[in-house]
Amino acid sequence: MSANAVPQGSTAPLEPPVPSQKPIKTTGLHIGEAEPGCAKVDPILVVDNVRRTFGGLTAVDVEHVEVPRGAITALIGPNGAGKTTLFNLLTGFDKPDDGKWTFDGRSLAGVPAYRVARMGQIRTFQLTKALGLLTVMDNMLLGAKGQTGENMFRALLPFLWRNQEEENRAKALDLLTRFKLDTKKDDYAASLSGGQRKLLEMARALMSDPTLVMLDEPMAGVNPALTQSLLDHILNLKSQGMTVLFVEHDMHMVRHIADWVIVMAEGKVVAEGDPHEVMKNPAVIDAYLGQHHDEDIGEDLGAEAENVVAMKELLDDER
Amino acid sequence: MDWGAIFSNAAVELISPTTAAYALAALGLAVHFGYTGLLNFGQAGFMALGAYGYAISILTFGFPVWGAFLVGVGASVVFALILGIPTLRLRADYLAIVTIAAAEIVRLLFTTNTFASVTGSANGLSGYKNEFAALNPLAEGSYGFGPFENNAYDTWLRIVAWSIVILAALLVWQVMRSPWGRVIKGIREDEDAVRALGKNVYAYKMQSLVFGGVLGTIAGMIFALPRAVVPSNYQTTLTFFIYAILLLGGAATVLGPIIGSMIFWVLLSFFSGFVARAVEAGWLPFMTAIQGGQLRFILVGVAIMLIVIFRPQGIFGNKKELAFVR
Repeated sequence: MSANAVPQGSTAPLEPPVPSQKPIKTTGLHIGEAEPGCAKVDPILVVDNVRRTFGGLTAVDVEHVEVPRGAITALIGPNGAGKTTLFNLLTGFDKPDDGKWTFDGRSLAGVPAYRVARMGQIRTFQLTKALGLLTVMDNMLLGAKGQTGENMFRALLPFLWRNQEEENRAKALDLLTRFKLDTKKDDYAASLSGGQRKLLEMARALMSDPTLVMLDEPMAGVNPALTQSLLDHILNLKSQGMTVLFVEHDMHMVRHIADWVIVMAEGKVVAEGDPHEVMKNPAVIDAYLGQHHDEDIGEDLGAEAENVVAMKELLDDER
Repeated sequence: MDWGAIFSNAAVELISPTTAAYALAALGLAVHFGYTGLLNFGQAGFMALGAYGYAISILTFGFPVWGAFLVGVGASVVFALILGIPTLRLRADYLAIVTIAAAEIVRLLFTTNTFASVTGSANGLSGYKNEFAALNPLAEGSYGFGPFENNAYDTWLRIVAWSIVILAALLVWQVMRSPWGRVIKGIREDEDAVRALGKNVYAYKMQSLVFGGVLGTIAGMIFALPRAVVPSNYQTTLTFFIYAILLLGGAATVLGPIIGSMIFWVLLSFFSGFVARAVEAGWLPFMTAIQGGQLRFILVGVAIMLIVIFRPQGIFGNKKELAFVR
């Protein structure tokens, strides 16, 4: 299958993937101390007291957090910290028990997911949602906003939407070329490899010219060769003036491209700051290693070991 | 064995109004199931609303043909809204449960004695054909050739029925190649992804449910015109026959339901004629004529199974679509 077509380039897989050019970090994003919930100079997304419980479990309980505009913000935290749940709440895919949040000054509480997307806050999913039995091109065209032909009655009169369709097609082809998917445009999306689907999903999100792109684990299951191009693409979003908020487990990636890091643990925001500073924060180390990491950890060794490795990576990188 | 009669009886079904009605109903189901991924198991209910809406409007209220037509279509739009409003926000399988139950409720409402003066209860309704026949521009006489020779009324009915099928097929073909159809097919693949791209998935699913339902309703009217309206015609088996036709032709295709319906009815008629004559001729000594009448459905079932096994995408379906397991 075409999964073999993924370029298995010369980059040795052992090397941590880095963007091809050195990213320019945006600094001076916050006002005052870099503490959880600190104010930003120009916030695009402001979250207040958003809480979501599943039965007795409080998955998300965020008192206050602001996402800076025009920067790449990483949302990190150990498994089960509530990162994806927060994503779902902010994009209207899930409803919080209470709380309010604004995007670009407009309240989003109770706004359905499709309207959130129309406002310019576009998300991708942790488990890629390529529309398998649509061609790659159709996937892309679906992302375009305000299409005349998407009205059932106007759909019957092609002359009303043909020009718009051609414009969208040209734009889609341009994006596909940038994402190196243009040769696959007439293939079913189901024939793409996992990494290519991630690329397609990101390209599709860009069809609507969003202002805030929310990426849920964009690197999960992507091979190192593609990771590099994905990193470049995310950096490009910033240089084109978009704001990026992404959930990620890969600490190398966070360190390399994020301008700001928000750390969640057990549903709360426990730390915020510059990617290099925040890793030294004791609250972050606690979150990853558990608060009793100096004591005997009898249970759940697997998860602990995973977090220890993640932490070690961080500390190694720091040296 | 009169092979000529068997084949000519089978050929009659090729363009019979019933075949047209099944084709149109299957086209509606293609919109629901093939393109949008809505599991509508109540197409028989939509057809019943069309047939009864048309017949009652003419018999009880004395409406003209176009008025009766609009009543039937209006009834099915309301029916689709009632089904869709509570269920389209839920997972797909809920719609299946609700539609199969709602179609039965519709049928039982038409069967109950309480409304016998309007619905004719279990005996159904008849005598509503004059209004349609009065619109016939064809002079008395016989039209067509060979097995396709019919009197003026039957020819008129065939012309109208197949014109509607062709119009509906063009309509479906056009909307499905438009951006609207792209959203609809996207919803079939993954509605959350489509929602994340800023499309009002609920509204699109509702439009699709109404559109396919109206096609089913018009099919119900065509189905009623060559016969009487009897509630037992609109059982769940009718829905399953239409599903069989749809899968035979190819679920997400325009020509599939039409050709599927022709094959289905020609096969059914062929087996029925063949078995009846074979029993008569003593070829099947273990079988009575009544049992023979049922055997045709078994044979059609076998034929459909063979097609689904050896051509699972249907006749017009795209083989590539099946290369990817979802």
